[in-house]
Amino acid sequence: MEMAEQKTAIVADAPHPVAQTLRMLWRDKFALAAAVFLLIVLLSALFGPALLEGVATKTNLRGRNAPPFDFSQPWYLWLGGDALGRPLLARIIVAAQNTMAVAVGAVLCSLAIGTTLGMIAGYTSRMASQVIMRLADVIMSFPSLLLAVIVLYMLPPSVFNLIIVLAITRIPVYLRTSRAEVLEVRERMFVQAAKVMGASSGRIIFRHLLPVILPTLVTIATLDFALVVLVESALSFLGIGIQPPEITWGLMVSQGRAYLTTAWWLSFWPGLAIILTTLSLNLLANWLRTALDPVQRWRLEIAVKKNG
Amino acid sequence: MKKFLWKRAVASAISLICLIILVFFLSRLTGDPTDLFLPETATQEARDNYRRVHGLDQPLVSQFFRYVTDLVQLNFGESVRRAEPAIDPVLRGFAWTLQLATVTMALVTLAAITLGSLAAFHVGGFFDRVATFFSLMGASAPDFWIAIIAIVVFSVGLGWLPTSGTGSVWHWIMPVAVLFIRPFGLILQVVRGSMITALNSAYVKTARAKGVENRPIIFVHALRNALLPVITVIGDQTAAILNGAVIVETIFGFPGVGKLMIDSILQRDFNVILAAIMVTAFAIFILNIMIDLLYAVLDPRIRY
Repeated sequence: MEMAEQKTAIVADAPHPVAQTLRMLWRDKFALAAAVFLLIVLLSALFGPALLEGVATKTNLRGRNAPPFDFSQPWYLWLGGDALGRPLLARIIVAAQNTMAVAVGAVLCSLAIGTTLGMIAGYTSRMASQVIMRLADVIMSFPSLLLAVIVLYMLPPSVFNLIIVLAITRIPVYLRTSRAEVLEVRERMFVQAAKVMGASSGRIIFRHLLPVILPTLVTIATLDFALVVLVESALSFLGIGIQPPEITWGLMVSQGRAYLTTAWWLSFWPGLAIILTTLSLNLLANWLRTALDPVQRWRLEIAVKKNG
Repeated sequence: MKKFLWKRAVASAISLICLIILVFFLSRLTGDPTDLFLPETATQEARDNYRRVHGLDQPLVSQFFRYVTDLVQLNFGESVRRAEPAIDPVLRGFAWTLQLATVTMALVTLAAITLGSLAAFHVGGFFDRVATFFSLMGASAPDFWIAIIAIVVFSVGLGWLPTSGTGSVWHWIMPVAVLFIRPFGLILQVVRGSMITALNSAYVKTARAKGVENRPIIFVHALRNALLPVITVIGDQTAAILNGAVIVETIFGFPGVGKLMIDSILQRDFNVILAAIMVTAFAIFILNIMIDLLYAVLDPRIRY
């Protein structure tokens, strides 16, 4: 009876996992800033076009290449105007949607396909494993940016095609990681025990293997997200990604290139948006690597206790 | 060793074949080059003649087989735009890109090994912070944006460096500097990580116990073993520059193979595109073999 009471007390003491995570995030100010910034980008991507579409596309020829930091203007002109007098800040916010759509789509696709194939390769027959791994080798040996360039010249560049191309080039990363992890985890005692107790392959994969390898994959996905944002911007910059009148940050940098000598801000701000986003993702990935790793997590938790 | 080389060669050959098939069919799917090369007013007769001369009236499959037979004989065909064999501009461009990659990677290797070792020696110290900063920048910086800003600052603003071309040493500074960022950040992290492992190893502790000073401990005892994983990354990054300097070459007007490839794609110059891809892929294949061999030489435990 006493034992049971003690037990409930301990359980009640342990904070809710979400609260615990937030507290760990609060402790690491860099990761916190990164998370906040990404949240802003995400909100811009979700609601920006609906709220600011009109403002962002309204041309104003008297305000062509309007310089930034003119605070007598409305807030969306604070970063200046582009070659047609459209407010840059509003356009950056609207462009977040396409940039994020491509990045999220590509990362989720490659994560899902790569992990599935990797687990099949790791958990089923040798034959399947061989075929899948050779497939990964073939994709890996393609120069990925070049492949994207070639395919996008051939296919009409749209958000969907861009997602497909980027996803294909990123699949091997998840495939190799999940296969390697599965090969290791499947030999552990709890998997063996589940197998002996008659669990089906599906149950073992989804209930026992996936939760163990997911943290690693999530960390890689965060890093990859930054990479995909960069590649997408580069493709748009080369003029083979998203086409006008749609906008992405990379396209905005490229459009501003013609006015470099007279209006540097046209290219500068969207580039800054890209770099801040990728920087935040990298910082967050670093934090996740520690936070999601049960062996490493104490570093953050102890810090929390010391603080509180 | 021989068996390993064979396996490697076969795997690369398969990827190469896939690449040929993919590129050939994708490029032919997009449209008839006849429309691109003849003026709109060209007569039907002229069009038919053009198709016949370049074999474009044949079915796609037989065009492909003709292409493959030529390829086996190392005949890449004529460039339709330049009135010279397709392989010529590719080799010229590749020579430029190879120089660019060599210079950049030499500098990257030197800098990354130095800074990475220093960072590993005092984890959390000054150099470690600098190294973390550079790694973060390397992973986050959009190269096209950095290149543009560099042009604004150093060419337009300060007037120190030329914006494009290859005339003098000055022309090389910006392309090399922009290409430098990404591999530097990556290799730095690998050097740091494997140096930390090496510095914690028994033989370094032994050397320390015997009173060896810090510098020889880092650069003689630890570095040699720490370099093994680094070599793989250096190989990968060199390959990345060989086929991925497209953006830097385009912005700085550098006559490398990446720029040539983009131009050829825009001009639908199939033969040049295919030749460029073949040459690059082959170069990367050779590079990978060299890295594997180097690995075996440096680590006597590795026997393929």
